Amino acid sequence: MSLLEVKNLQVRVEEREILHGLSLTVNPGEVHAIMGPNGSGKSTLSHVIAGKPGYEVTGGEILFKGEDLLEMSPDQRSAKGVFLAFQYPVEIPGVATMTFLRTALNAQRKARGESEFSTPDFLKKVRSVAASLNIPQDMLRRGVNVGFSGGEKKRNEILQMALFEPSLCILDEMDSGLDIDALRVAADGVNALRSPDRAMVVITHYQRLLNYIVPDFVHVMSKGKVVKSGGKELALELEASGYAQFEDAA
Amino acid sequence: MNVVLAKTETAHAKSDIKSDILAVARDRLPGTGKVADLRRQALEAHERLGLPHRRIEDWKYTDLRVLMREVLPLAGAPDAAALKRAAAALKLHAIAGARRVVLVDGVFAPSLSETSDLGKDIGIRTLHEVLEAGDAALQAQLFSPDNSDAMVALNSAMMTDGIVIEVADNAVVPRPLHIVHIASGAAPAAMFTRSLIRIGRHASATLVESYIGAEDAKAYQVHDSLIVAIGDGARLDHVRLIEDSREAFNISSAVVTLGANAHFNTFGMNTGSLVSRYQAVIVVAGEGSRVETNGVNLLNGRQHADTTLFLDHAVPNCSSNEIFRAVLDDRGHSVFQGRIIVRPKAQKTAAKMMTRALLLSDEAEADNKPELEIFADDVTCGHGATTGALDDSLLFYLRARGLPEKEAQALLILAFVGEAIESIANDALRELASLAAQRWLAARS
Repeated sequence: MSLLEVKNLQVRVEEREILHGLSLTVNPGEVHAIMGPNGSGKSTLSHVIAGKPGYEVTGGEILFKGEDLLEMSPDQRSAKGVFLAFQYPVEIPGVATMTFLRTALNAQRKARGESEFSTPDFLKKVRSVAASLNIPQDMLRRGVNVGFSGGEKKRNEILQMALFEPSLCILDEMDSGLDIDALRVAADGVNALRSPDRAMVVITHYQRLLNYIVPDFVHVMSKGKVVKSGGKELALELEASGYAQFEDAA
Repeated sequence: MNVVLAKTETAHAKSDIKSDILAVARDRLPGTGKVADLRRQALEAHERLGLPHRRIEDWKYTDLRVLMREVLPLAGAPDAAALKRAAAALKLHAIAGARRVVLVDGVFAPSLSETSDLGKDIGIRTLHEVLEAGDAALQAQLFSPDNSDAMVALNSAMMTDGIVIEVADNAVVPRPLHIVHIASGAAPAAMFTRSLIRIGRHASATLVESYIGAEDAKAYQVHDSLIVAIGDGARLDHVRLIEDSREAFNISSAVVTLGANAHFNTFGMNTGSLVSRYQAVIVVAGEGSRVETNGVNLLNGRQHADTTLFLDHAVPNCSSNEIFRAVLDDRGHSVFQGRIIVRPKAQKTAAKMMTRALLLSDEAEADNKPELEIFADDVTCGHGATTGALDDSLLFYLRARGLPEKEAQALLILAFVGEAIESIANDALRELASLAAQRWLAARS
């Protein structure tokens, strides 16, 4: 069974159709890159998969592990194994990162009928993952993302990804706002999480990120649908020729 | 039109309490001679003013003629059954490690209080004792709140009991003092109490005031007041927890005076009562002193809570900081009025006030009225107020991480009130306030 099947998805935001019949199939272990110009609907796709309010699905369906994802609340999707790494992770003053991580992890486990993590086990796990991502301990004591740099926010997203062990990771413009060193650290973190039973959908405007996170498949989106799919060489082709050809084709 | 209104007011003023209340209650009201005279003057002032209403600027958001309508008769002295009900209620609100002093239906209850082994650093007497046989200076101090406010005047006229605490110079009182006001619930009635705490020079103490009702206590009225005098170099940490019955009224006032290099840290948390009003006058009278006055209102249903503060900076080199948070669900109504006056001599004053309200329902209401009157030119003063709903982008982030909606809201609400709760210096009391907030949140899901 495919992990994620998006079939002929049509989505509106305030009377404007953003996705016009998008289809995408992702199997466990695969890394898919979704590329496209601004406004092509890449982020909308990621938001709809994660369940962000404000989008109206007018047609098509999304199946996750064979279940209707659109019927689930965002927290149910998360507990089932969907993880969206935000393009702009929000700052939550007054909620310590550690508290947030433990509350979220235990909420997911509870929803799956699993026992809660004990505090020592949890701390051990967080510390080892944080160390591998160069996240200092004092960052974990601060409010969620409060005062974090762009790179720190992205690393915090990857920390959560490592901690929650989702089966589908959607990385929304992970490279935005990162310099090359920060990008490399983040990409290393993502690559360490690649596994045969986990799939990733990497959404990006630029080919650059794909030098670090090498995809198995590349899809080009334009005007709300996938207009071309191919292997990783498609990304290089785009780098050379740009998106213009697809804008015309769509 | 004006004439008609004036007529109505007069009629109202006469009818809000029984005109013979003083006569009826006479045998219950301590004090004779001068004390009795002061009571009579206070009652006359109250009768002249009547219940406060919306055309009195200080009360514009809390019109007691509409909300409370009348002052209930004085509660009877608690009998054995009342004390038993009170004792049961007390169990749920005991604070570990604190020294408890209990007022049941407005009367000191020795059997529920811990007033033995006080040592030489602290003296505890009842208001009743002091008004009957106390020294004149202390009696005068107890009548120091003036009669310009109708509810303060009523309290002066009717106060039956209360706790008078004196902390000696240089004393460090390790156990928090916990005054617990309990309505035993026999019948709807009013209790009138006044307490006083005097902290000697370079002494420090912690005072907690709780307001609770026994299981069957519903629509009672609490009329309370507190007089605080903090000596030079002294410190008082003060926490108020209003957990009255959800049909009750709590009308309280405080007058606080600080000496030089003194420190007053006060926090109020309001989750109970139908209508509450807390009005405090804080006079910073000595140089180098510091005031932090913070609070949290957590309201739902039709609850109404009004906090009205007047901070008077009379001397140089002092600071004050006010942080208020209101979380309002259903038709909850929170009022914050903060007046700060910086008098001409009070140079180098740093005064800040920040109030924020979180509306969880379209029908909730938050009113903020900051007033800064600054007559000195070298000061740092500021205020800010915000009102808004929970941030959808934060909620979505938390839900995308697996938190169900109510849990996500609860985490954000706790963070919202956290800044005010964090200001409580005593660890155990901070924990207590945090737990009260969590209980409130748990009850709404």
